Amino acid sequence: MNMSQEFGVWVAALLTLFIFSFLYKDNPLYKFAEHLFVGVSAGYYIVLNFWTVVVPNLYDPLVRTFTGRDPMSGEAVAQAGGPFAASLGDYRGWLLLPGILGVLLFSRMIPRIEWLSRWSLAVIIGTYVGIKTTGFAQADLVAQVQGSLVPLWTGAWGSSLNAILFTVGLITSLLFFFYSREHKGTLGVLARTGIVFLMVSFGAGYGYTVMARLSLLIGRFQFLLEDWLGIR
Amino acid sequence: MSLTALERLDRRWIFLAVGLLVLGPLLRPLGLPLGTSAPVRQFHDTIAGIPDGSLVLVSCDFDPGGKPELVPMTKTALRQLWEKRCRLVITCLWVGGPGLVGETLESVADEFRAKGRPLEYGKDYVYLGFKAGYEAVMVLMGKGIAGAYPQDQRGNLVSTLPLMRNVRDYSSFVLLVSISAGYPGTKEWVQQVNLRFGLPMVSGCTAVSAPEYYPYLQSGQLSGLLGGMAGAAEYEKIRGEKGTATQGMDAQSLAHAFIALCIVAGNLVQWRKRRAAQS
Repeated sequence: MNMSQEFGVWVAALLTLFIFSFLYKDNPLYKFAEHLFVGVSAGYYIVLNFWTVVVPNLYDPLVRTFTGRDPMSGEAVAQAGGPFAASLGDYRGWLLLPGILGVLLFSRMIPRIEWLSRWSLAVIIGTYVGIKTTGFAQADLVAQVQGSLVPLWTGAWGSSLNAILFTVGLITSLLFFFYSREHKGTLGVLARTGIVFLMVSFGAGYGYTVMARLSLLIGRFQFLLEDWLGIR
Repeated sequence: MSLTALERLDRRWIFLAVGLLVLGPLLRPLGLPLGTSAPVRQFHDTIAGIPDGSLVLVSCDFDPGGKPELVPMTKTALRQLWEKRCRLVITCLWVGGPGLVGETLESVADEFRAKGRPLEYGKDYVYLGFKAGYEAVMVLMGKGIAGAYPQDQRGNLVSTLPLMRNVRDYSSFVLLVSISAGYPGTKEWVQQVNLRFGLPMVSGCTAVSAPEYYPYLQSGQLSGLLGGMAGAAEYEKIRGEKGTATQGMDAQSLAHAFIALCIVAGNLVQWRKRRAAQS
């Protein structure tokens, strides 16, 4: 056994044990680790977003545009066509608009003008609805329907059985979600068959979830054993 | 122990049993057999099939919560890609991920350097780091990588890096390797990039996400899939490596068997209770 001498490893190990202590019962050590995690995460996310998004994608381009100098090197930069020219490639001067919309989001903190934040939210929601709808239509609707049209006889018994099972599962599962008629008679039989396939998929999902959670436990134990205690 | 006693069992005994079942094999590995599945072989073969020296986009969309499952497969994929002398552009869309991804990247790069293969930052690989915006970043990258990422993770202007002079947009890449812990991740790359820009992709994901991505594999939108620690361990086996995923599989197997037993026991208790209530 060769225990770690690193301060950071000790902090991580002790915080891991504090969190594990919740499995016995809720206690102040667990609460301390939980609050510390939330606080550090929030601070880390704010700083990271500022330096990797606000500065390179908004502040630097605007400085470059309106001062004519690169903010990092201080050298003069080409400004052909003015600050709002398409020749700049990224339409740098126009970045003022998203900048203003970003600032408006903070108007929620002042009740008298909080309605202004709705403009920013409208742009965000509208943009994401557009992006998500087209992406979903292409990749999840059209491509999945296309991928579901498989030949039932492939020339080999194994893959043919697979294709038949897949098609039966697909149709009966879809029929289970058909609520315009009561699930009786033939529709009832098909819908109940669909439930069997759905249950299999839920079981697979549960199994995978168990694997994911155990992986987290294994990862922590590997850290405690190898990085902290130096066993193995 | 009777079934009635099981009903009153303090759940902390179950936690303890799972803990011991995980700890035991980590201290004394059992060497339980491990096979390889078709999706994992497809992942490996897809990377093996791209021309040597190709430009590959690797998106590492995870944070420390995905470390045990995703870091082993990321390391194995990086090794396979660099053995083929592929040039890599690496991104991260998870705010908690840049540090961990950078550390993983450099640890594999250092392995190659130690073996006498100097991987040069800026020529062999570029780490663009984190960018907020989820799908919007993906769409923006389609119009030009430098537009979405003016600077890399180290603060260099992307336009000054030799590797990035050959990179315009997605058409510059032959493959996208998406290592994903959830949203945004593989699903969003498939929706926004795979079909729209015609970029083939493979995915390594957490076990929780795997069932959601299997339809993409069946439809051919994904060319290969690694699901969780088991997928990572199988990938390590194909590559002849013995990483942390392989080391964790004995513990996985024992704990899974125990949980399956708990489910059977729980159902037996409920079944007996219901029968007793009916009679």
